[in-house]
Amino acid sequence: MAVLNDEQTMLKDMASQWVRDRLPVTALRGLYDHGGGGRCGSDGYDADAWAEMAQMGWCGIIVPEAHGGADFGYLSLGLVIEELGRTLAASPLISSALVAASALRLAGTQEQQGRWLPGIADGSLIGTLALDEGPHHAPERTALAATASHDGWKLSGTKRPVQDGMIAHLAIVAARTSGAPGDRDGLTLFLVPTDSAGLERQALDQIDARRPALYRLEAVNVAVNDVLGEVGKAADLIDAIRDRAAIGMAAEMLGSATQAFDITLDYLKTRVQFGAIIGSFQALQHRAAELFGELQLTRSAVETALAAIDADDPALPALASLAKATAGETLHRISSQMVQLHGGIGMTHEHDAGLYLKRARVAEQCHGSTAWHRERWARLNGY
Amino acid sequence: MAEMEPIDREEFRQEARAWLKANFPPALTNVPGLLFQGDAHAAAANDDYQLWRQRMTDKGWGVPTWAPRYGGAGLTEAHGKIIGEELAAIGGFNPIRSYGTMMLGPTLLEYGDEAQKLEHLPFIASHERRWCQGFSEPGAGSDLAALQTKCIDMGDHWLVSGQKIWTSGADQADWCFVLVRTDTERKQGGISFLLVDMQSEGIEARPIVLISGSTHFCEVFFNDVKVPKGNLVGEVNQGWTIAKRLLQFERNSLSEVKADITPLAPLAHDYLGTDALGRIDSPDLRARLVRNAMRHEAYMATVRRLAAEAKNGGPSHGVSALKNLWSGIIQERAELLIEVMGADGLGWAGDPYTAAEKEATRAWLHSKAFSIYGGSYEVQNNITAKHTLGLPG
Repeated sequence: MAVLNDEQTMLKDMASQWVRDRLPVTALRGLYDHGGGGRCGSDGYDADAWAEMAQMGWCGIIVPEAHGGADFGYLSLGLVIEELGRTLAASPLISSALVAASALRLAGTQEQQGRWLPGIADGSLIGTLALDEGPHHAPERTALAATASHDGWKLSGTKRPVQDGMIAHLAIVAARTSGAPGDRDGLTLFLVPTDSAGLERQALDQIDARRPALYRLEAVNVAVNDVLGEVGKAADLIDAIRDRAAIGMAAEMLGSATQAFDITLDYLKTRVQFGAIIGSFQALQHRAAELFGELQLTRSAVETALAAIDADDPALPALASLAKATAGETLHRISSQMVQLHGGIGMTHEHDAGLYLKRARVAEQCHGSTAWHRERWARLNGY
Repeated sequence: MAEMEPIDREEFRQEARAWLKANFPPALTNVPGLLFQGDAHAAAANDDYQLWRQRMTDKGWGVPTWAPRYGGAGLTEAHGKIIGEELAAIGGFNPIRSYGTMMLGPTLLEYGDEAQKLEHLPFIASHERRWCQGFSEPGAGSDLAALQTKCIDMGDHWLVSGQKIWTSGADQADWCFVLVRTDTERKQGGISFLLVDMQSEGIEARPIVLISGSTHFCEVFFNDVKVPKGNLVGEVNQGWTIAKRLLQFERNSLSEVKADITPLAPLAHDYLGTDALGRIDSPDLRARLVRNAMRHEAYMATVRRLAAEAKNGGPSHGVSALKNLWSGIIQERAELLIEVMGADGLGWAGDPYTAAEKEATRAWLHSKAFSIYGGSYEVQNNITAKHTLGLPG
């Protein structure tokens, strides 16, 4: 674990305790139907628990003090997210407190920050990023069209999946103001309240019961001063936001992988077969040792990336991709081994292994898959 | 000596920088120190190296934390780290670094008696005595405690008979620290730790030619070798405890090694060409190169993280896992390097192959040892499983 100051250690301990008491894995289980999919009508999170998280100040960790936050840094926020990841706690913390807050911090005008950040910081307002339009993360391929109108812009098109999109009040929508899908030029970000006329939402019943949204926008009116950053020049900004999002996801994945490993290790120490504790079998010991090694690499990559945001490190893009790709591969492997090493019980909905497996695959696709981030790292490093 | 205040560190950094600038022979800049540390003949033949070794010996900075009476400078770990950093900054190397400084020295400081310390430490601190490690035997590799080399108490001396193997640099070493069996009834509990002069009658060291063509390792035969009674370190039958401690020093020193490596991308561009987007023109090989390079980067971040945690008193477990990650990443890289070179990466000798290509071939073959020496991949996994993860048996 990174070397933490006293405040960070307190924050981590507090998050660890709260998450275990308040949002253990059984809380996520409550979002599932008995049969396995997401429970119909569920919002994919626990609103009361979210209010408590806001009460503890977690939504404002990276928000500047002038806008009601603590300005306590990304490493600190990452510590909380990692603890949430341990119990697969469902909340819009990454979408709102990390991704939306980052977008506004990076490019918001004084007026935009003043309007949106205090609500994000106190948890009364949930923000999210509406970037992807298809099954694979591909910001440049944005097709959602923004056409200039007499007093602003009109947005038409679809976005999916929008993380926490059903409960978000504010969506930061990537649109194309010029050029063709595939161009980096011509992308623009808009701040769009989700109750805007012409915006329809549909919940996506996903394997992790979190129910992200499909947004259909039809001539949604957006004012000129709701453009975030520069018109037509959002590609770099999108990269910067997505990097922070990817690092946040990687922190969650580190927590999930660590917990999945701990649970599996406990099982290896107690399950008896052939008259012996299965953890005494060398084949399984070596598999555990190798997974432990992968966890070490993942923790280092994630913590380095979080610290790089705080330090404004020019290597941040490569470090973000390193963190997300490493966490993706490790969680994929550990969640699969969690099922395998638990044997038949690991295949049941009753056991938690399946919940880790399902969340792992969702997190892996979120804000750029392992393959996507490897490819990006390759380009950044001249491969 | 107490930990220094930050302001003192900065002063010392300036002092170290100035001294190194005045004393490090520029001709040795970016020369791999290993050349002289591993090869006594190369060391003896190089005047710059001899000058540099003598200056560092006089200063005591080769082993800065050792007491002056043992040839050190009596400085703190923090001072030592600064010397190392400043040395690295000018492309220099520590001419004293050796098995003696990394392994035997720290062990003697803990377990040796004063006579042994005074007899050996100053010569280690000046790198005038080369040491080798007589641990492994033909029938006791990973299962080191199965070793059989006999050591009989003859009253006024010990009598040693047996064979050691994989003894690095035994043909060039002056002394050897040897694990011997003083009790055949007990396994770990019957082993002792002995210092043996390689000039003793009855010792023969034979280099072993390896798949890479190098002759770094030796077999060492002990035929009724007489060893003075005073050369036993610690108590009789305490050798296993001492050896375990020594292997900790070895692992620590291995994890200190600066492990940055050259990216393979430019080389891959040269050998494989690039596609229209400037990417390595082999999607499969490119993907494997990228994954390996990313794992290497994550590994380096892990070394830094664990060092920072250890400095702050955190848990420093995971050295065995670290060793396996490292051997895996580096072996895979060596495979990738010759694959990038294609058929040119398969040359052994002769003109049509460049020096870099022939070097890559040997480095690839040599890399197979990384998961064998210092405790095999399997043994490290056993250690991680049992000691770090607490799995039974």
